[in-house]
Amino acid sequence: MTNTASIVAVILVSIASLAVGAFGLRLSRTMSDFYVASRGVSPVLNASAISGEYLSAASFLGVAGLILARGVDMLWLPIGWTAGYLLLLVFVAAPLRRSGAYTLPDFAQLRLESVVARRVSSLLVVAIGLLYLIPQFQGAGLTLRTLTGAPSWAGQLVVALVVCLNVLPGGMRSVTLVQAFHYWLKLFALLTPLFFFLGAVGSRSGGPDVGTVFVADWVEPLGGQNALYLTYSLVLATFFGTMGLPHVVVRFYTNPDGRASRRTTLAVLVILSGFYLLPVAYGALGRWFASDLVAAGRADSVVLELPSRVFDGPLAEGLTALLAAGAFAAFLSTSTGLVVSVAGVLSQDLVRWGSGHRQGIRAFRISTVVVVAVSLGLTFVAAGVPVARAVELTFAVAASTFCPMLLLGIWWRGLTATGAIAGLLVGGGLSMGAVLSTTFGHGSDGWFGVVMTQPAAVSVPLSFATMVLVSLATRSRTPEHVSQTMVRLHAPEHIDLNRGSFHPERWNRSSARTGTTSAEVSGPHGPSDAREPADPGTAASSGAPHTAYGSGEPTARRRGTTVRRG
Amino acid sequence: MTSPRTSAARTRTVSIASEIDEQTRLGEVYITSLMRSQLRLALGVLLVIASTLGLLPLAFHLFPEIGRVDVLGVPLPWLLLTVVAFAEIITLGWLYVRRAERNEATFSDLLEGR
Repeated sequence: MTNTASIVAVILVSIASLAVGAFGLRLSRTMSDFYVASRGVSPVLNASAISGEYLSAASFLGVAGLILARGVDMLWLPIGWTAGYLLLLVFVAAPLRRSGAYTLPDFAQLRLESVVARRVSSLLVVAIGLLYLIPQFQGAGLTLRTLTGAPSWAGQLVVALVVCLNVLPGGMRSVTLVQAFHYWLKLFALLTPLFFFLGAVGSRSGGPDVGTVFVADWVEPLGGQNALYLTYSLVLATFFGTMGLPHVVVRFYTNPDGRASRRTTLAVLVILSGFYLLPVAYGALGRWFASDLVAAGRADSVVLELPSRVFDGPLAEGLTALLAAGAFAAFLSTSTGLVVSVAGVLSQDLVRWGSGHRQGIRAFRISTVVVVAVSLGLTFVAAGVPVARAVELTFAVAASTFCPMLLLGIWWRGLTATGAIAGLLVGGGLSMGAVLSTTFGHGSDGWFGVVMTQPAAVSVPLSFATMVLVSLATRSRTPEHVSQTMVRLHAPEHIDLNRGSFHPERWNRSSARTGTTSAEVSGPHGPSDAREPADPGTAASSGAPHTAYGSGEPTARRRGTTVRRG
Repeated sequence: MTSPRTSAARTRTVSIASEIDEQTRLGEVYITSLMRSQLRLALGVLLVIASTLGLLPLAFHLFPEIGRVDVLGVPLPWLLLTVVAFAEIITLGWLYVRRAERNEATFSDLLEGR
């Protein structure tokens, strides 16, 4: 199936993304612009950008395909992906913004005051990011092959190239605009054809074959073996996995304050709920018009093939082109967001080239190219894993690593660095083991095999338990500034309080010296004297508090002071 | 005229904020009470979600006949897992934001001595 209109649409989307990105580039100048868009993004724009980044190939194509193939049980995916934001809203959104950290490793260091915890988090961010990039590139290859017959690697290469061109010049600021634009494009691309379809369904009395729609195991829930366990595991992974995805979390630092970040998340809930009804409708329509795709093993392409099943001629071609544009926007936005967050972590933590502002941006650019190249390579290796499976597993890894660290770190003073690291290793090890066994096809039978296909229901509770138990065992080593950190995470910004002096840019080499300190909220005691950071390696080995905390004012404990109440 | 009131208020503003800054027991009590109220709210939301959406798979498992009920021509599970679920999620989110902001307002009123 060759479709010139679709090729034109894909090219137009790529050019439009680059143009919007170039416009955003004019606004981005400093280091903090590069990572977090200077925090000056309005809630609606930010909510659109968050949704645009979040709605990936799996949402745009995969959900409809899975619903077409497996029916009602797959409705849990869109629900879980939305409810994940609800849990993020109630547990994480405001404190995470108030922490003032840019990335998950920043948060780990702020709360746990341990460089080792930071390094482990960095490694996990890179692992989760790469894991999530694979299905994006795969989806792009599949789509271009469906539309043009081009080989898969061509589509993957195109997406990789456009992502690089978008990220390299402007960093996060330009990306924010691009992603907001992508959200509205995706919504429009799914909504317009739906009106035409509904018109066509209305005019066709009776429809082709209602019998294919109302099949018991498609309409009724919990079909198949171990369905109850698999459903609960999926629910757990998606509900708790969202808050652990690095590209989702990095977006919260672009809100001006904690209150705004709550309101942004609420807007995201509305936007996502509206969007996710659309792929469900496509799946159901697909059951009606294109149920043969299931047998052919091409259920993923139902969104793209539906127009040509219902209409003929230029109308079908135009609608297909629109959907192709939307799908391409989905690949671009999610992979751009992932590349930005992974490259950010990679350039800050895992590699270092010199110091200073300019080198920081150069390191970020080199990391971008490395991340894109490595994930392209991994995509070729892991060609056999279906798109939606890879996404599910990524959520399981995020839910069993960063989710417990964030929840316990924010709400429990007792979490220690040792406990967090142990939990990250246990949860990460289990879920990554499941990923590897799925990728290399070591499917085993019985309960072990079932757990390996959907590990979250086992690995998430284990990870929580490990963090709590090991933290209790190492209770004497709670981080020194934990009380201050709690004030920082929970007290509203407008109150003048001592929130400690952690600042990610001070860790991040000495860029704070350049005078481009972002709109960081700090009390009157705020960043005290920003001394030149020592080599972090020595700080870690000697066990001294890291210089990212400033010189740490003496915390005099006055006992028995009371306040006279009026 | 206004001086007695303002000076009285100022004394307390400085006091509680500095109690927190200097990590006295009293300051800790204030922050802990804010954290507790926010955590209770968040756990409440989680509990509501767990006892409605979270129990649905179990309900489908125990009472498979739910899957055969139609409402307005749409099978009940489809309705529950799309429109009803999303409406619940948005409502809970909205209620949470209102209550969380109220908790914070109470806290800052306390600190500013109002």
